[in-house]
Amino acid sequence: MATYIARRLLQGIVVLLAVSMICFIIFRYMGDPVLAMAGKYATQSEIEEVRHMLGLDQPSYVQYGRFLWNALHGNFGKSYVTRIPALGLILERFPATFELATTAICMSFLVGLTLGVLVALRPHTWYNRLVMAGSLAGISVPTFLTGILLIMVFAVYLGILPPFGRGKTVTIGFWRTGFLTIDGIKHLILPAATLATYQLAVLLRLTRAGMREVLAEEYIKTAWAKGLPPRKVIFKHALRNVLIPVVTMTGLQFGELIAFSIVTETIFQWPGMGNLLLTSIYETDQPVIVTYIMLAAFIIITINMVVDILYAVLNPKIRYD
Amino acid sequence: MIATANAHSGQNPRSLPKAGHLLEIKGLKTYFYLFEGVARAVDDVSLHLDRSEVVGVVGESGCGKSVTAQSIMRLVPEPPGRIVGGSIVFDGMDLVKLPADRIRNIRGNRIAMIFQEPMTSLNPVFTIGDQIAEMFRQHMHLGRRESLERAVEMLARVQIPEPAKRARAYPHQLSGGMRQRAMIAMALACSPEILIADEPTTALDVTVQAQILDLMLQLRQDFHTAIIMITHDLGVIAEMAQRVVVMYAGKVVEEALTADLFDRPLHPYTAGLLESMPRLGSRRPGRSRKLKEIKGMVPGLLDLPPGCSFAPRCPRAMDICRRRVPELVPAGNGRRVRCRLFPGQGDTSATTADGG
Ligand SMILES: Nc1ncnc2c1ncn2[C@@H]1O[C@H](COP(=O)(O)OP(=O)(O)OP(=O)(O)O)[C@@H](O)[C@H]1O
Ligand code: SF4
Ligand SMILES: [Mg+2]
Repeated sequence: MATYIARRLLQGIVVLLAVSMICFIIFRYMGDPVLAMAGKYATQSEIEEVRHMLGLDQPSYVQYGRFLWNALHGNFGKSYVTRIPALGLILERFPATFELATTAICMSFLVGLTLGVLVALRPHTWYNRLVMAGSLAGISVPTFLTGILLIMVFAVYLGILPPFGRGKTVTIGFWRTGFLTIDGIKHLILPAATLATYQLAVLLRLTRAGMREVLAEEYIKTAWAKGLPPRKVIFKHALRNVLIPVVTMTGLQFGELIAFSIVTETIFQWPGMGNLLLTSIYETDQPVIVTYIMLAAFIIITINMVVDILYAVLNPKIRYD
Repeated sequence: MIATANAHSGQNPRSLPKAGHLLEIKGLKTYFYLFEGVARAVDDVSLHLDRSEVVGVVGESGCGKSVTAQSIMRLVPEPPGRIVGGSIVFDGMDLVKLPADRIRNIRGNRIAMIFQEPMTSLNPVFTIGDQIAEMFRQHMHLGRRESLERAVEMLARVQIPEPAKRARAYPHQLSGGMRQRAMIAMALACSPEILIADEPTTALDVTVQAQILDLMLQLRQDFHTAIIMITHDLGVIAEMAQRVVVMYAGKVVEEALTADLFDRPLHPYTAGLLESMPRLGSRRPGRSRKLKEIKGMVPGLLDLPPGCSFAPRCPRAMDICRRRVPELVPAGNGRRVRCRLFPGQGDTSATTADGG
């Protein structure tokens, strides 16, 4: 187990290094940081001064080394636009995105799993067809359309849920949460549902497929032959096996939701990291973009690692790999 | 208290022989309603089992052995399968008609089953101990600790070395033979009156096969369990069973005491099976000879020939065989046979036995 974790850790570090390399290239060779810093009307000597200040007159491996060194210390440079350290800028937005992603993943896991099991147990019923058609829609309808439709129905037409923003929040330490006010929760529902739709559909289909496969297994016959009630056979013997791929998938998706909730955040004007990223792209605010990419990679890799360990715990067969 | 009384219900005077047999199947019909038609997997099967008896059920692949077993346990996959007729009487109850919750009190508890593939018959995500303990928790309502202790005891009784350690192992950490022992431990946990073993040794290699069969015979004595031994291997039957039921295409074609059957098979199919059976060296030394296969293929259940299902392959088939289905008739000494060669076929009293 320990070697297993150590190996995964090492792999994670290698991937992070690769990502940092790409980030560095973006940072250094795409767009012109000097122009961004010194302004359009800078004189030649001003430009030289900025180049020197940024270390751009040094060989690129030295520059990369410095970039890495700074990154390790949480220093990704300051936003060109706001002159605030990029990492701080992003981390400030983190709670909003995290809460949105958490709510979405809980929704999709609970609903997807429940519906998936139900549908697998009764394959020849009308609600099975309805749910399966719905899940197909959930997979194929693009997120922005889902978002707009939800806004139209629940905010514009029915007027029961707010269409944008985060509503009232409460600040605890550095964390600004929307979970603690009714208004905050109301604001959370639509964007979370939008973000959850695709994942929900994927998890539902995964659960259904897994459940049907497992229910045909020999050990399920054994479970019935033992005289166990359906509840034990299905929720203990079968579901426990189905959970292995489903939990893995959920974990992987969670990382992606945190890192890439850009579309949803934009539609709902959600003050999260994704929204910030989009603004930064408009303004070619490279330090923020690069920091975002590094942070996203870090989050995804960490979560993948946790998922792998969880997988090992759930599945006795790979415990000692 | 309840647990122990239950555990030895085999000798409980309350349930001692009620006139009839321990288990009596009469006219059982289990059909599968498939897109292409109706597969009569079990078609009018009757057989019985007495206390502590070992009855063998033998026949080629697809003749309905497993479906018969599934019917007794009420585990026929439904749909497409359904028990459409007959009765299975056990302890005064007709299992065919028993409601689901009552059949669950019998499954595993009073009638247990082990399967062919010890590899896939155990749940990969639970320990061996947990899976056996579940029997005690379910049927005897024992607590967690006590169930686990009894599970370890069971593992010891099926001669698994270091039972306490094995109880904590997952199925994939055990060999095939060990897994089948664990399955047997699980099946016998509640001292069932009947154990249905559906080809329990087919997936194992020969030396392990012999060990498992020995173990089963020994445990049968200890637990006073009657066994229905399903196999396509007459060698296993010779080793284990006092009585044999031979099945072909969903029907019983012959029934006899094992000794009688080996001595003088009546039905041409049984004779064919015996001739295709490899003799174990010890049984008939020096008489090694070429094995004869039964010619032809097992007919598909969806396009059975009219008349006797075996007619297309039968070396002694007559014209009438292809027209009329023979009945299962008594043939002396408790034997029964379904063949025109023997007297007693009601609809053709004129036919004599010398047709072939
Ligand atoms: N789940 C099912 N769906 C459809 N048909 C089935 C099903 N189970 C069994 N059958 C039919 O019942 C017939 C008898 O099957 P069964 O499993 O009882 O054979 P068997 O005698 O146990 O053979 P084997 O030695 O291969 O185990 C099969 O040929 C098949 O046509
Ligand atoms: S009834 Fe006829 S075909 Fe069938 S087994 Fe007897 S002799 Fe052969
Ligand atoms: Mg079978």
